[in-house]
Amino acid sequence: MTTAVLFDNVSRYFGAVRAVDRVNLKIAEGEFFAMLGPSGSGKTTCLRLMAGFEQPTGGHIEIFGETAEGVPPYRRSVNTVFQDYALFPHLSILENVAYGLMVKGIGREERRKAAEDALAMVKLPGYGTRRPGQLSGGQRQRVALARALVNKPKVLLLDEPLGALDLKLREQMQEELKSLQRSLGITFVFVTHDQGEALSMADRVAVFNEGRIQQLGSPEEVYNRPKTRFVADFVGSSNVLSADLCRKLGLKASFASLRPEAVAIAPPSDGALSLSGTVASQSFLGATNRVVIDVEGARIAVASPAARGVPPIGSPVTLSFAPSDLHPMEDA
Amino acid sequence: MRSEKANRAPLGLKIAAAVGLAFMHLPILLIFLYAFTTEEKSYQFPPPGLTTQWFAVAWDRPDVWAALTLSVKVAAIATAAALVLGTLCAAAVSQTRFFGRETVSLLVILPIALPGIITGIALRSAFSMADIPFSFWTIVLGHATFCIVVVYNNAVARFRRISGSLIEASMDLGADGFQTFRYVILPNIGTALLAGGMLAFALSFDEVIVTTFTAGQQSTLPIWMLEELIRPRQRPVTNVVAMVVVIVTFLPILGAYYLTRDGDQIAGAGK
Repeated sequence: MTTAVLFDNVSRYFGAVRAVDRVNLKIAEGEFFAMLGPSGSGKTTCLRLMAGFEQPTGGHIEIFGETAEGVPPYRRSVNTVFQDYALFPHLSILENVAYGLMVKGIGREERRKAAEDALAMVKLPGYGTRRPGQLSGGQRQRVALARALVNKPKVLLLDEPLGALDLKLREQMQEELKSLQRSLGITFVFVTHDQGEALSMADRVAVFNEGRIQQLGSPEEVYNRPKTRFVADFVGSSNVLSADLCRKLGLKASFASLRPEAVAIAPPSDGALSLSGTVASQSFLGATNRVVIDVEGARIAVASPAARGVPPIGSPVTLSFAPSDLHPMEDA
Repeated sequence: MRSEKANRAPLGLKIAAAVGLAFMHLPILLIFLYAFTTEEKSYQFPPPGLTTQWFAVAWDRPDVWAALTLSVKVAAIATAAALVLGTLCAAAVSQTRFFGRETVSLLVILPIALPGIITGIALRSAFSMADIPFSFWTIVLGHATFCIVVVYNNAVARFRRISGSLIEASMDLGADGFQTFRYVILPNIGTALLAGGMLAFALSFDEVIVTTFTAGQQSTLPIWMLEELIRPRQRPVTNVVAMVVVIVTFLPILGAYYLTRDGDQIAGAGK
């Protein structure tokens, strides 16, 4: 499998701030790769390093086997969909989309056709004569996408592209982006702070914190087996069991994660682990009830099916879960 | 709640405004009036008679034409130089961060805050020290010092409104620095440059002080007018030329005002 983007021990410092700190990654050709993290975690700087807007302080970057350091953005076969879309306000939609072809010196008729095809692909046919100011946020986002894709980039970089859209539009765009990526086969690198977005769209997810990758893996891996406390906390809301509780359950780890939906409020069946405590609080979430159980001072959240009913607050309960759902974590 | 009457200006204020306006503009009207007088030696009021013969006389005077051509040439070249240098300065100050950026920004604006006489003396002594003979080009240099400021101020205000990601988007789509300037920056700052250029032209066209210090034997139009007032000969010709100057400088300033009134102040218009 060809490597699309390679980061070998890449760092980017801004003065004393380590925005990106010794990051290693390998993104495969045709992959949908998400970089997930809170703001200031270095994910956007990584994207800008790929686009060429930043140069690494240390380490080595390759894009399709070619060294990227010192190569300006306009000589990289990489295009970006910007967070604020960055459409040119003085140009029509068609001219915006055709901009990349225009500066490459492609003929007027050819680039008009290519731009119209790209607009049709993002479901905005016939919008070419309008100005960016006349479009809604969702439409501008599609134009930004068309403007990048018309250049047939080897890698498409997306910087929080859905951040400014409302929930419904967002879900629709997630599906469209995913199917667009599948049909085009282009490598997508996607930056987001929304864990649901990263998990639902990406083939692999890199979770960033403080300039470093905390965990890199498939959405299932990252969600079910968080490697560090940060990942357990940021991706979903895993319970983090302390060393005391781990020892009690016969686990030799300083921390372990346990997902709320892996726990049942029921006596243990064969081979299951169990803990006992009292109900501390409960809230109705629709399909499930979120019940928090106090186990020797530690709080463990349980996602219990709504149909089950919930024991009253203060009543003693037994929790059970399969040993395979308890995941030891690094001490971080 | 205020009544409609309370929102109207009281009579006293109206009179004060009228007097103020008259104080500013009546002298200009007098200049226009004396362009038509039949008396050529002195300005007596009221004019003994009215004539349009001075327009023909002015048209036939070679010294008027020489001064006018020189002024137009100086203003055009100083403005062109200011457009290039002022835009580059504005781009550097607004698009990049570097040590001493605020200081540079202040130093660029300083020539317009300094009295013209200081700029004039400074340039004159600098030219003498460097053994540069006073010529057409020394006048252009002198004018360029304040023309740059006007262009810079207009360009920098517009540059601030261009989001940095527009330039990045252009580079990302394959445009090099020159193409980005040509296709993205220039269309966005174009009207600001036009306005700045018009103002710079108008400023240069009627400049007296700096010109006095930096000119050799040549006379620009304002200097020529000053000399004419001292030795009276066909006096109303000066008034005819003054009318031309008013029109030539007023139209660009009006144009600049309309081009930039949506948001940008025409900084430096007051020199």
